[in-house]
Amino acid sequence: MNTLGSSLPYPRDRLWNGFLWVGSLLVVAVLLWPLLIVVLEGSHALSLEFFTQSPSDAGRSGGILPILVSTLAIVSVSLAAALPLAFAIAVMLTEVCRPDGWIATSMRCSLDVLAGVPSVVFGLFGLSLFCRQLGMGYSIAAGGLTLACMILPTLARALTTALEAAGEQHRVSGAALGLSQPAVLWSVTVPVALPGICAGLILAMTRALAETAVLLFTSGYSDRMPESIMDSGRSISIHIYDLSTNVPGGMQNAYGSALALLLMLTVLSVSVHWATRWMHKHMTGASQR
Amino acid sequence: MTHSTLLATPPLVARPYAAAQSIADSRPSSGHIEFDDISVRYGNNKVVESVCLKVPRNSVTAMIGPSGCGKSSMLYTVNRLCDLIPGCCVTGSVEFSWLDNEQMRKDAILLRRQVGMLFQRPNPFPFSIWKNLEFALKQHGIRAKADVNERIESALQEVGLWDEVKDRLSASAFSLSGGQQQRLCLARALVLQPAVLLMDEPCSALDPISTQKIEDLILRLSRTRTILLVTHSLGQARRVASQVAMFWKLDGVGRLIECGSALDLFDQPRHDLTKSYLAYA
Repeated sequence: MNTLGSSLPYPRDRLWNGFLWVGSLLVVAVLLWPLLIVVLEGSHALSLEFFTQSPSDAGRSGGILPILVSTLAIVSVSLAAALPLAFAIAVMLTEVCRPDGWIATSMRCSLDVLAGVPSVVFGLFGLSLFCRQLGMGYSIAAGGLTLACMILPTLARALTTALEAAGEQHRVSGAALGLSQPAVLWSVTVPVALPGICAGLILAMTRALAETAVLLFTSGYSDRMPESIMDSGRSISIHIYDLSTNVPGGMQNAYGSALALLLMLTVLSVSVHWATRWMHKHMTGASQR
Repeated sequence: MTHSTLLATPPLVARPYAAAQSIADSRPSSGHIEFDDISVRYGNNKVVESVCLKVPRNSVTAMIGPSGCGKSSMLYTVNRLCDLIPGCCVTGSVEFSWLDNEQMRKDAILLRRQVGMLFQRPNPFPFSIWKNLEFALKQHGIRAKADVNERIESALQEVGLWDEVKDRLSASAFSLSGGQQQRLCLARALVLQPAVLLMDEPCSALDPISTQKIEDLILRLSRTRTILLVTHSLGQARRVASQVAMFWKLDGVGRLIECGSALDLFDQPRHDLTKSYLAYA
C-alpha cells in the first residue's frame, strides 16, 4: 500500500504527518461520539407509536407527534420569512450595490454583527416585538419570525457567497448579449448558484431546528397539537431540554427525541439536496431542446 | 484639448480605409465606427486618453500593444459594458455611421443587440447547446418557432459547428471542447445578427487548430460585419486584420500611437515604439 507516511524520508515530515492523522481522527471521533451515544440510548425509545402519538405523563411516555408538527411549522415560518429577505439582500449586494460602496459595506457589517448576537438576545427581542408589541403571544408564528431574524445573517451571507461564486462572467456575457439583468439573474446566475443556495438553506434550517433559547421566550411550552400558527407549540429542542432537566425519568424519551431530531435533520437535508439537483437540471435545461 | 496636443508623438494614421474598403460589400445595415476623443478612467486611475480612431465597415481592425494600455477598455466603450464597471467614467463619443446614435446612447440593450462580443475565455451559459442560442433570441422577443430554428441552425452553420453538434443539441454546452465552446459563443452572438463584432483576445485560451478555425471565421465574418479585435498575437493581427491600431502606455496612460493598414504598419512602422514592439515579436 502506498501511503503518504511511507514516502516521507525525514522524521520531521513523519511527525507532521502523524499529527495530521491524529488531528483528523480526533475530529471524526468528536463527531461520532455524541452521535453514537444518542443512537445507542435513543434507539430503545423509537417505535411507530413514538412518531404517531402525543406525549403523556409530562413526556415520560407517549410519542412526539405534536412536537414534530410544531417544529416543522416553526422552521417553515422562519424559512418562509428569512429566505426571500436573504435572497433580496444577496441580490442587492451582488447585483445592485457597488461592492466597495457605503451601502454594501454597511449591509455586510450589519450582517456580521447580527450573526454574532447570542440567540438569547434574539429571544428577548422576539418576546418584546412579536409576542407583546405585535400581540402574537407565545405562538409558532412569533417563534418562527424570531428564528427568521436569527438565521437571516447566516442565510444572507451564504446566498451572497453563492451568487458571487456563480460568476461575474455570466453577468458580463449576458449584458454583452443585450440581456436584461433580471433575465440573467433568474435564468443563469440562480441556476448556477443553486448548489450554494442549497448549502446555505440546509445550514440555516439545521440552525433553526436545533435552536432552543430563542423559542423558550417566544413559541412557548405547549405540547398539544397546534391548530394554527398562532397557537403555542413546543419545538423538539425544547422538548429534549425539558425532558432532560425538568422531568425526572424523562431521559429515555429525551434520547429518543434527540435521535428523532437527527433523523429529521438527515431527511430534510437529503430532501433539499435532491430538490436542488432536480431544479438545477430543470432550470439549466441540459436535457431540453 | 485635442487629440494631437495630448500625445507626445502624434498618431500616424496611414490610409485607414485603403485595405478595408477593398473587402467591403454593400450590406446596408453596417458602416464605420468612429471613436472621437475617447478617454476612460476607473476612479482616479486614467487608463485611456483622447483616442480618435475610425474603424472601417466590414473589415477587421486589430488593436495591439502591451498589457494595460487600454485596448480592452476601448472595446468596452463600444457596447457600453464599461457602464457595468463600478467607478468607470468614459468621456468622448463612439459614433456608428448607420445607427441612430442618440437612441443607442439611451438604450444600451438595443446597442448590444447590434454589437456582439466574444471574450477571452469561452463563456457559454450552463444550458444545452441549443438553449444557449435560443435563450438569447427569446429574451429579445424572437419566439416564433420556425424563425428561432432557422436562426439557430444558420448561426451554428456560420461558425462551422452545425455538423459537429447537430446530433447532440440537447447536450450541455460544457461537453464541448474549448474551441467548440468559443465557436458556440460566437454563434450565440451571431444569432442576434449584429452588425459589429468585438473580440477580446478570442484565441488566447485556444490551441493552434482551434485558433486557426477562429481566424478563418473572423476573415469570413468580416465580409459582412465590422470586427474590432484585441490581440496580443502580432501574427494573428497580420493574418486577419486590414487595419491595425497600436496602443502604448505613455506617462502612465494608454494612448493610440499609430494606426494604419496592416501592411503598412507591419512592414513600415513609423513610430519608434511600434518599431521596437514589433522587433520583440
